[in-house]
Amino acid sequence: MRRVFTNTKIDFIGVRRYAYIFTAIWFVPGLILLLIRGLNYSIEFTGGTLVQIASQVPVDVSKLRSALDHEGVPGAEIQSFGADSEYVVRARLSKEAPDQDNTDATVSAVRKALDSSLGEGKYTIGRTEAVGPKVGGELRQKALTAILLAFGAILIYLAVRFEWRFGLSSILATAHDVLGTVIFISVLHLEVSLVVVGAVLSVLGLSLNETIIIFDRVRENERHRRYPDLRTTLNRSINETLPRTVLTHGTALATMMTLAIFGGEVIRPFALVMFFGVFTGIFSSMFIAPAVLLYIRRRWPPVGAAAPRSTRAPAGRAAQPVG
Amino acid sequence: MFDSIRSRVIIIALLIIGSIVALIPRNTTIRERDVNTGVMRDTTVRRVPLKLGLDLQGGMHLGLELDQSSRVSADPSRDLDLALTVLRKRIDEFGVTEPLIQKQGDDRIIVELAGITDPARAKAIVQRSAFLEFRITDRSEALEKALPALDRALLRAGVKPAAGAPTQPSAVTQLLQGDTSKKTAATDTGVVVGGVLSSLIQSGAQAGYSPVPGEYLVKETAFPRVDSLLHLPEVLSALPRNLVLRWASSPTSVGAESYRLLYSLEDRAIVTGQNLVDAKEEIDPLTSGPIVTFELDRTGARKFGDGTGRNIGNYMAILLDDRVQGRPPVIQSRIDRRGQITLTGRTFQEARDLALTLRAGALPIPLKVVDYRQVGASLGQDSIRKGITAGVVGSIIVILIMIGYYRVAGILAVFALAIYILFTLGGLASLDATLTLPGLAGIVVSIGLAVDANVLIFERIREELALGKTVRLAIDEGFKRAWNAIVDSNVCAIVTALLLYQFGTGPVKGFAVTLTLGTLASMVTAIFVTRTFFMIWLERRPNMTTLSI
Repeated sequence: MRRVFTNTKIDFIGVRRYAYIFTAIWFVPGLILLLIRGLNYSIEFTGGTLVQIASQVPVDVSKLRSALDHEGVPGAEIQSFGADSEYVVRARLSKEAPDQDNTDATVSAVRKALDSSLGEGKYTIGRTEAVGPKVGGELRQKALTAILLAFGAILIYLAVRFEWRFGLSSILATAHDVLGTVIFISVLHLEVSLVVVGAVLSVLGLSLNETIIIFDRVRENERHRRYPDLRTTLNRSINETLPRTVLTHGTALATMMTLAIFGGEVIRPFALVMFFGVFTGIFSSMFIAPAVLLYIRRRWPPVGAAAPRSTRAPAGRAAQPVG
Repeated sequence: MFDSIRSRVIIIALLIIGSIVALIPRNTTIRERDVNTGVMRDTTVRRVPLKLGLDLQGGMHLGLELDQSSRVSADPSRDLDLALTVLRKRIDEFGVTEPLIQKQGDDRIIVELAGITDPARAKAIVQRSAFLEFRITDRSEALEKALPALDRALLRAGVKPAAGAPTQPSAVTQLLQGDTSKKTAATDTGVVVGGVLSSLIQSGAQAGYSPVPGEYLVKETAFPRVDSLLHLPEVLSALPRNLVLRWASSPTSVGAESYRLLYSLEDRAIVTGQNLVDAKEEIDPLTSGPIVTFELDRTGARKFGDGTGRNIGNYMAILLDDRVQGRPPVIQSRIDRRGQITLTGRTFQEARDLALTLRAGALPIPLKVVDYRQVGASLGQDSIRKGITAGVVGSIIVILIMIGYYRVAGILAVFALAIYILFTLGGLASLDATLTLPGLAGIVVSIGLAVDANVLIFERIREELALGKTVRLAIDEGFKRAWNAIVDSNVCAIVTALLLYQFGTGPVKGFAVTLTLGTLASMVTAIFVTRTFFMIWLERRPNMTTLSI
């Protein structure tokens, strides 16, 4: 029988201070960066025009840019996209443009600029996206609502299946991951497209899944194995589920890596975000969620079966100030 | 019923057969218009019944809203419903396989056309208002007489911008200043010399062109300028009451210069496209150019007959979406039911598209595109290829990990994984769900995650074995104890997926669907299928004391 990480006795709860420091190292500069630079929203959210082309002639970026300026699309981004001959032109909406919800004008202006700088028929258009600011705004609203609703729904579910302390700890750990992922997106300056928002929501699910697996073990251990205190229970539970964590996420990381390598340019940001999400999901489930649960339990001890044990046990009390 | 191996195997076999049947390539009828003859025809194609999203098979997505900038809708929701009906008719005639035309919210129409090869043309057909009307051109030279008054109105607006429209005075001022650079003294004293519009709008005779009554020439380069000037409220209020000004649909060459014709027309239309019952594209036997012939209903015929009968010898402009089509012909006799529109310098295909939109009827209010996505078919195929490569490579790695780690039990898990993929695809096909690029990515990701339930169970069995339990008991306990964790984590995954579905548009919805289906399928395979495999294994080797796990 080949086994990894079996019967480990790592003191996850004991090192939680270091975990907090680790989180702070990622979050403090990350949030500052996020505030300064913000997120690189795709035109789906900001409104604007995207044209992906495959050119048969070499693309002179500066010439194309001046042609775009000439057609009244200033400040367009021109990016190589995967293959050498493929480019993406992104024109965000300028504030002054009249009738912004009418997307026709920008699309035809970009076409004209391409015709004049590359030559008509010298390129093929792979895809075109043109989004009015109204649609973009609605989408942003919807994405935010979806994430908040997901939190709410899951909190209720966990409160029913476990109890509210577990639910709240899971949500906090998951919020940690969602925010951490957003910082990751900001650090890599990935474009926040609909697909990336989808990835963030999947990270939310993934991280929650991880926390639930551990909490499920905590619940079971509290019922069947009488460990002396909650701290031991938490530590044992994390250690017991460790082999599963390593294996499941090993396979998950493998598929996300293949997706990042072979999946193509459109999917790559999605795969990268998910890839990061797996790591932060594991981290928060092991170090954040149990530690938060411990804190909440001590602050608001449950009435009933678990309460007398945790309050009466001297170890639990002694651990409180030391941690 | 789930207790005996026999019944379990039968259920699994039924599910597998069901999924395979759902995925068997079948004949699909595609209705499309022949490119050469323009006739609708049905072709039958054999293909796997998985519906591909626009991002995978190529196609066009349009989000449309009422464009009330030129005409304000009295009842927007009614007009939107009307527009929806008109669009359905048009696209039906255009011939697209499985188009999606639906209302989104209460102010938007979504049109999705898959496999479109000429998106610009399809977009034009969707967006054309197709508002047809017939008007008599003005014979009284009313515009020429009104020009000085219009110029004075403009000058007043330019000199005193506050009195005019606050939105556009800058354009007027600019133009006036441009003018003053040449005639500084004159304008400074407030005396009108030449005038803005009088200098830009010429009657035909000036340019050596024989105009029909009510026809004026504007240099093509000055066309946008004049157009914006004519829309100023000061000018509109200074225009004679019984007149409307309309532009020609395309420029005209006179000598070396390119002109845009401006028509001064009677404000009341003789008849409009509302009374149209049929329109057909044809070739004009005389000029062999494309024409569209039309037929009016009885009311329309009566109106048309009266109108043309009263105006024999006059000229009639044919307007489509407020642009004059071709030069207005002289009315030689009373016309009632049938007429034709000459499309000078256009292709036969354009005539066909015009006839199509006229038949389907006019849009009550013009539509504007607020959201436009178009993906080429080759890009879509490329995405499919890449997705499949990633899926295959990912699966191989997962298979190696599982077998390398869990040995025989790993092989069982790999079988379960194969069945899982089959279930997911079968589920997609039977739900008639759309597979999008993110959906494809979702399947690849879920291959990695699908083994999670199996891993949970296997690890549990290993723990029970480590506690010294017998093989049979360890397996039972392992499945029993893993159950809670599997259900709780999967329910949460499904909740997030459903919310994704709720908020997403096209591609993201596809992702949510594959995620939901994948999660369900992985639960079924892990809890039921793998369990059955273990039961068979135990029955074959009842005295097994060690488990290859």
